[in-house]
Amino acid sequence: MATHCEEIRIGFYVCHCGHNIAAMVDCEAVARYARKLPGVVVSRDYRYMCSDPGQELIRQDVREHRLNRIVVAACSPLLHEHTFRTATERAGLNPFHCQMVNIREHNSWVATRKQDATRKAKSLAQAAIHRVRFHKALQVQRVSIRPEVLVVGGGIAGIHAALTLANAGKKVFLVEREATIGGHMAKFDKTFPTLDCSACILTPKMSAVRSHPNITLWTLAEVTQVEGFIGNYRVKVRRSPRYVLEDACVGCLECIDACVYRSPKFPDAFNEGLGKRKPIYIPFPQATPKVVLIDPATCLNLKTGKCKQTCLEACGERQAIQFNQQERLEEIEVGTIIVATGFKTFDPRRQPLYGYGTYPNVYTSLEIERLVNASGPTGGEVVARDGRKPRAIGIIHCVGSRDRKTNVWCSRVCCMYSLKLAHLLKEHSEAEVYNFYIDIRAPGKGYEEFYNKLLDDGVHFIRGRVGEVTDWAMTPEEEGRLVIRVEDTLAGCVRRIPVDMVVLATGLEPQPDAQAVRRLFNMSCGGDGWFLERHPKLAPVNTFADGVYLAGCCQGPKDIPDTVAQAGAAAAEVLSLIDKGYVEQEPNTAYVRDEDCSGCKSCIPLCPYNAITFAEDRQKATINETLCKGCGTCVASCPSGSIVQRLFEDDEVFAEIEGMLAYDA
Amino acid sequence: MTPEHWSPRIVAFFCNWCTYTAADLAGVSRMRYAPNVRVIRLMCSGRVDPQFVLDALARGADGVLIGGCHPGDCHYAEGNYKMLRRFQLLKRVLRGLGIEEQRVRLEWISAAEGEKVKAVINEMTEQIRVLGMLGMPRRFEEWDSEMHQLEGAVRQAESTLIPPLDDEEEPETLHA
Repeated sequence: MATHCEEIRIGFYVCHCGHNIAAMVDCEAVARYARKLPGVVVSRDYRYMCSDPGQELIRQDVREHRLNRIVVAACSPLLHEHTFRTATERAGLNPFHCQMVNIREHNSWVATRKQDATRKAKSLAQAAIHRVRFHKALQVQRVSIRPEVLVVGGGIAGIHAALTLANAGKKVFLVEREATIGGHMAKFDKTFPTLDCSACILTPKMSAVRSHPNITLWTLAEVTQVEGFIGNYRVKVRRSPRYVLEDACVGCLECIDACVYRSPKFPDAFNEGLGKRKPIYIPFPQATPKVVLIDPATCLNLKTGKCKQTCLEACGERQAIQFNQQERLEEIEVGTIIVATGFKTFDPRRQPLYGYGTYPNVYTSLEIERLVNASGPTGGEVVARDGRKPRAIGIIHCVGSRDRKTNVWCSRVCCMYSLKLAHLLKEHSEAEVYNFYIDIRAPGKGYEEFYNKLLDDGVHFIRGRVGEVTDWAMTPEEEGRLVIRVEDTLAGCVRRIPVDMVVLATGLEPQPDAQAVRRLFNMSCGGDGWFLERHPKLAPVNTFADGVYLAGCCQGPKDIPDTVAQAGAAAAEVLSLIDKGYVEQEPNTAYVRDEDCSGCKSCIPLCPYNAITFAEDRQKATINETLCKGCGTCVASCPSGSIVQRLFEDDEVFAEIEGMLAYDA
Repeated sequence: MTPEHWSPRIVAFFCNWCTYTAADLAGVSRMRYAPNVRVIRLMCSGRVDPQFVLDALARGADGVLIGGCHPGDCHYAEGNYKMLRRFQLLKRVLRGLGIEEQRVRLEWISAAEGEKVKAVINEMTEQIRVLGMLGMPRRFEEWDSEMHQLEGAVRQAESTLIPPLDDEEEPETLHA
């Protein structure tokens, strides 16, 4: 058993967690059982161990009963291990002389019979009590934090986070995949419920990013490799050629006028394909950086090499255009990372019943955002693809949301942006506007009031999921128009509503490359594909990778206020790390016991971090503990058992197995 | 425990980042599942020493469940692959020992798959219930007592110079 000579004096505590544990586990019986186990001096049950009086209980007992080991049976160690280690430390013991038993998440919350749960709790408690006697006093290790920060994604989340950090004096690298920052928000006309002009509130922040001395902005750039750990990440960024020198271009746009294509010919992605652009273009007038770019897929010179290069002439002595620009690879070192890679909207072609792609007058909500925008392809005039001005418009909610066939989640923003679009469409046209909804979800400041305003404005609301959009007319009134067939669940009948334009309120989805990005940053995804936060309530911007934080819709659908709040929270987490200067790490690293190492070298190729080297002079393996991340793979594979992982020593795990099975053997 | 009241006892080794978190998620989601699995948390499935598995079986576990991150998703890059390789060898050893394959199981369960924790635990518990008690500790006891008998018989034979195994008294003492 224990190899040290000190007498083991264990204090054991069972937490009721109110009714969370006590309703399913007979806590008193567990405490009574533990009292009889070897080494246990004090055994108690208490209503809330994590509360101040609960922690005080530990302190008193340590003093009165000279305890030197603490075992707390409560919730998951992932939630409160830190709390009880700190309590143990405050009582004057080494914090690692504490062990937690998970009898809530792994027991009371998943059990159906009290008798089973109590038995399981006893067996888990015994495992911990047997284990804790082998615990060693350990020191936490400190890792210093580099003050530079990488922000991935230049939507409103990335912009806000980057500015917050830069204003605090931190160096920020902002990496954006598109040619401009601004993300989805730059495409919106107005924002709900205040009807602020989206560009008016966003573009000042965009130019602040561009001019901020602490921000390095890379557009047309993607992170390709991330190595290292919290405090010290080495990141590779691939910067695709823009064919225009950012520093030399003044944004005069004369080259665009001079292009050999007299008129714009190619679908303009910023306007959702509703407008056209030339091969040399700027995504939108306030694009940041305000620098033109050349699309290699459409530029005559880049495609064929045969072009008069009139753009070069127009640029003249500024010499900003460079057809031979190559892809560049940047390598940076940062201490922390904020991932703000955003979302994509649902592709309504996946739901043919709504007729998107079949009927030209069926639009997505993003297309309508551009259509009603004063700087959009029609200058804000509501004209359908067939050139007609609509007399009636139908907005269909929950397209690709709350639907078992596509995405089950509520995208949270569609109700509100549909109301906003209803308002804008009414403002920009004479049309009657119909909303087809399941429920109106308006849970935000001023949201419900906005809904009420629209009801007063005479926007029609029909509750029911739309069955189909069709051009099959049954009456002269429907002739040449689109008909929305819907079951009106309030009126209790099936209705046909003829309209001239259909707007699909498409939901939000994870980016198509979310899985690849997740792997890049060593994060997790939920089952729905959104990046997983460390704790849904208490660590909503943290990820399972230390030093990597989340902001915005990449973590789940949210509106602009929530996105900005989350970006601020992520920046605050980063700032608190940087200002502290170091992070304390679990001392769960491994070391080699020289006397047992046979020098077989089998551990060396196993380490994913190259932390193990072979000391030729001594013919022994040695582990560099600053590189070791504590996975324990080498420990499990050492044939001579000479590698030890702190906190997970063989003795400790064997004792846990033994204790677990000793109960009721 | 008497065989009539027997219910499978399964020791699980879950990695901190994926499967342990998934089991927490199952709890938070109040999924009800069989109470037969007791979890030991390790940082990575790569830490699972085959000796842990053998020790658990030897000490009376009826099955062992190992849970790690999905291939490619390991928090430590590739610890789960190392476990997978070790698991293939372990299966051979277990086969050699006559221990049914279903008793030791390796599952990839991500942090989001609380539902899978529930499904795997329920399924494994049922499979082992059908297989019955492994009862290694009792078998060890039986083997130990056989060895003792044998030793005694040899000693007796040496003293009387009579071949030991044909002794008539032997079966009686064996079942004593």
